[in-house]
Amino acid sequence: MTRKWLYGVTLTLVLTALWALLSGYGLKQPLLSLGVFSIVVTVWMTIRMGLLDGESTPYLRLRYLAYWGWLAREIVKANIAVLRIVLAPVIEIKPVVTRTPVTLTDDVARATLANSYTLTPGTVTMEIEEGGFILHGLDESFCGQEGFRTFERKVKAATGERGA
Amino acid sequence: MDWMSVLQFAVHLVSAALMLTGAGIVLAGAVGVIRLPDFYTRMHAAGMTDTLGAELIILGLILQAGFTLVSVKLALLGLIIFLTSPTATHAVANAAYRSGLKPLLRRWRSDENREDAA
Repeated sequence: MTRKWLYGVTLTLVLTALWALLSGYGLKQPLLSLGVFSIVVTVWMTIRMGLLDGESTPYLRLRYLAYWGWLAREIVKANIAVLRIVLAPVIEIKPVVTRTPVTLTDDVARATLANSYTLTPGTVTMEIEEGGFILHGLDESFCGQEGFRTFERKVKAATGERGA
Repeated sequence: MDWMSVLQFAVHLVSAALMLTGAGIVLAGAVGVIRLPDFYTRMHAAGMTDTLGAELIILGLILQAGFTLVSVKLALLGLIIFLTSPTATHAVANAAYRSGLKPLLRRWRSDENREDAA
């Protein structure tokens, strides 16, 4: 029950900040009352639809920011690797489909990991399964299992991995 | 020339460099979509490059806008693209995989086998 209250208050604060930043009007009637109205309706509907939990509350996780910093470097590296293949005079690739085991159980962590695989090492997540992901790799050189393990470890550290 | 205008010039230069790099990356991605052999490999070129390309362009625009509300909106836009772009790529790949499209799984060179490169 207390957690629910915490989520509700956080969601209200985030929505208020978002509204203030996006409108940029400051304290002017009647726009302010319309803003308050829309925030109250949004929070009320979130509660009514039973969506109010840790997943729908976009509070900032500082450990995520560190992970994103690391991910950004990996994205740049992966883009250079892919562009080098694509812009070479002769493209020579051996595409592979591979399965990598995933031990994460938290939904947010699994989604983060799947998206990270899609963004980075020349692979795209094709299918999510209970205990693993099926990945399509542009070239077999992208599909070393050690690389996948590094990602899983980083995501585990970033999310704190509850319940596993 | 005082320090302020030198700084302003530097910011403009960095911003232009970022946007040009972003545009170049997106263009290279488009070239990749044309050159690669099948659906899944083309998706790599499209999905991977347009995330970084769009982010670089947005970063350049943020430098142009400076400390304004426009920058905040651009930053939010960048965050949304960062989260949704890989999800969209995955959704397309997943749809193709589930509907049974077979990926090309042998070694492929762009200077031979012209006919099955459709």
